[in-house]
Amino acid sequence: MKFPFFNFSKKEYPEFWKNYCAHFNSKKQRTIDNTRFVVFDTETTGFDFKEDRILCIGCTTVKQNKIIIKDGLEIYLNQDVFKADTVKIHGILKTEKVTKLEEKEALIVFLDYIKDSVLVAHHAGFDIGIVNQALKRHKLGRLKNDVLDTGILFKRSKHIVNIIDPNKKYSLDEIAQELKITPKDRHTAAGDAFITALVFLKILPRLNKDGKMKYKDLFINPMNY
Amino acid sequence: MKNTIAERIADFLKNYPPFNLLKKQELRAISEEVEVLYLEKGKFIFNKETKPHSYFYIVNKGAVKLSQVDNEEQNIIDICDEGDIFGLRPLMTQENYLLNAETNEESIIYGIPLEIFKPLSESNKNVKNYLITSFASNIKDASIIEGRGNISSYIQKETNNDLFNIQNARFTKKPITCEASTTVKEIAISMRDQHIGAMVVAKNKKPIGIITSKDLRDKVATGDYKISSKAEDIMSSPVITSTEEITIPEAHIAMLKHATSHICITKDGTPKSKLMGILSLHDLIVSLGNNPSVLIKEINRAKKSKHLRTIREKVHLLLKTYLEQELPFPHILNIISEINTVIISRSIELCLKKMDTPPPVKFTWLSLGSQGRKEQLLTSDQDNALIFEDVPQTKFQETQEYFINLSIKVVKYLNTIGYEYCPADMMASNPKWCNSLSNWKQQFNDWILNPDGAGTLLSSIFFDYEYIYGEKELTEKLGRSLFKTINENKYFLSKLAKDVIDKPSPVGFFRQFIVETNGEHQEVFNIKIRALMPLIDAARILILFHNVKNSNNTLNRYKKLAELEPQNEDLYNSCARAFRTLLKFKTEQGIINNDSGKLINLESLSKTEKLKLKRAFKPIKEIQELLIIRFNLKQML
Repeated sequence: MKFPFFNFSKKEYPEFWKNYCAHFNSKKQRTIDNTRFVVFDTETTGFDFKEDRILCIGCTTVKQNKIIIKDGLEIYLNQDVFKADTVKIHGILKTEKVTKLEEKEALIVFLDYIKDSVLVAHHAGFDIGIVNQALKRHKLGRLKNDVLDTGILFKRSKHIVNIIDPNKKYSLDEIAQELKITPKDRHTAAGDAFITALVFLKILPRLNKDGKMKYKDLFINPMNY
Repeated sequence: MKNTIAERIADFLKNYPPFNLLKKQELRAISEEVEVLYLEKGKFIFNKETKPHSYFYIVNKGAVKLSQVDNEEQNIIDICDEGDIFGLRPLMTQENYLLNAETNEESIIYGIPLEIFKPLSESNKNVKNYLITSFASNIKDASIIEGRGNISSYIQKETNNDLFNIQNARFTKKPITCEASTTVKEIAISMRDQHIGAMVVAKNKKPIGIITSKDLRDKVATGDYKISSKAEDIMSSPVITSTEEITIPEAHIAMLKHATSHICITKDGTPKSKLMGILSLHDLIVSLGNNPSVLIKEINRAKKSKHLRTIREKVHLLLKTYLEQELPFPHILNIISEINTVIISRSIELCLKKMDTPPPVKFTWLSLGSQGRKEQLLTSDQDNALIFEDVPQTKFQETQEYFINLSIKVVKYLNTIGYEYCPADMMASNPKWCNSLSNWKQQFNDWILNPDGAGTLLSSIFFDYEYIYGEKELTEKLGRSLFKTINENKYFLSKLAKDVIDKPSPVGFFRQFIVETNGEHQEVFNIKIRALMPLIDAARILILFHNVKNSNNTLNRYKKLAELEPQNEDLYNSCARAFRTLLKFKTEQGIINNDSGKLINLESLSKTEKLKLKRAFKPIKEIQELLIIRFNLKQML
């Protein structure tokens, strides 16, 4: 006897999703140096996972402690949802004169670009969540990548005595200021991704003072002190 | 596709050469290929003698120190900051790195792939010219635009190597030599046949002496020696030697110093190693059209102030050429001040001849201030003093009168030649500055024991004295007395140090230049008072603190201080570098505006120049802080 539930699990995924998943079959030992980190940021119509839509994804790559500008990605999306009140933040007009992709095409490009890289974002939960919602709309699975949040990494890089409020959420601006990074192009996805990448580059040596940090140590949750 | 990040990189690059010479698309193409590095302080970007990376670098933020390690001593060649490029030359020439590049503070650095840059550098004529100019000059490969305008090119390195090819002097290799036992006749025949002016006497391939045409003339032709005499009888020994790395200016200085016309080049630079060649004055004259040795000869032959005046004008031209040739600045300083000394001493000689009687007692002529420190490159005021031997009280007045009369002549003479009168009348013609040794000692003691405002100002000028003419012993006696009093009264140094601290900083709170707000020179920046003087004063105080005698030159003082206080070596080296940069800047400004160069019109400077100028100010603050701690000035502030 067959349960419809099993049928559902055998559902045929499109080729591009299979290709994306295939990247995760590799058993290669990961090290910080051989890992490609994709630092990304999204601009959205708002902060509601269900209701809001991605307008732009900006990505840049960090490998071996360098930002590789060439290996970057900046995609703008065509969306039916448009909220006038967030335009002043992201600055993307409904009729913005850039090449825009449909959401599905954008996801194809994005998945092909990130492959099995570690995704790095500031307050990554939101960016990952909104991408996962988009994937769900197109009947695809969730992102499989390891994820790092620069907000958490930053907290870890601070000495415990300097943390006044362990639950404080540091904004990208606050961190940039503390790390003396001049914020430019804030609130463009690519600009924020670049600042986040600089933040990431600056935090890494602080976490790795003895030079012995392993790949898995990146993912320690700081709240377990 | 839109690429916001690459646009941002391009926005940065477009401000700095050679990227400012690129077309928009070219710049864009490069920007898209950049790698961004973040390094904490003290991390290496590349090491000396390693293979070149496929990238060269530009500092986006922070600073990178280029250095060399010689005999375990770190030698900082340059500090690159925002917009400076480095590590390009080895890439172009496919040689190993010649320097270490280490972050001097935490830095963000852009790596630019040669692969993309090289074709552009070849197809874009402006970029190509820029690179040729920058590689051909003696300086680091960052931000040099042809012609005047970029202060970074004022930073010179002191040691020689091919990268910073300060032209090495060309010498005759495999010189003809003879044995100690060779006869004068054989030597003369050989010299005639080979058309040479000098023959090295060698033993086991090591130079033990030298015979020049002059020796043959003065010692043999006069009949003092026979033509059957042996080489060892008439040779000049020991010989002056150097390694083959000697540069033209260094060779000049060595020849001037040792009053010789030949330098033997040996393997390790001492007479105890194998002879490699010989460098003659003639070789140098060939290498340089305008030649200080020739000028000095002219000076010593000059009979009239008119001649000396012409020579001084030639010296000015020489200075200009040297600056254009980017010769190392300390060498330029050395040569020009050496010539100045000779001119002044010749003037005194000529004036003495005009006196009715020879001097009643021994005396010495001193240069003071910048001339005393051997830092006077352009015409500036004459500051000088005269010390004469102690005489019985009854003879004092008469003796002083004689020397005042002499000084009046000399001062006037110097003025005719082109040295302006000192507006503060700090000249030997002033009875106050023309005095007996005892009175001088008393004068200095007064300054030291009762330092008031004027006293410290005067003493700062007088402490930088340099012997020019006459009886050197008098100068030394005064020096000994001076150090003794200072030693007993260290408070005096605190007082001097306080004056340095009180000098206003060259830049204000918002990093803007502090300009003069009153007088006729409004809105100009006084580089002498605000930037050079604190460095000069600090060096003097610290060297007095260490009781080091005979060190009157700011650069030498910092060098000496770095030796004495290894813990502060970096600071002293950066002070020396800043001083050199600023003095050279002042000199070039002076040449452009035909004045002393001390007042700088900020509007005439490019943004990069201002930036670099500000960088040279950094050590001023640091040395002031050192003085505060050393002399415990906190409580006096």
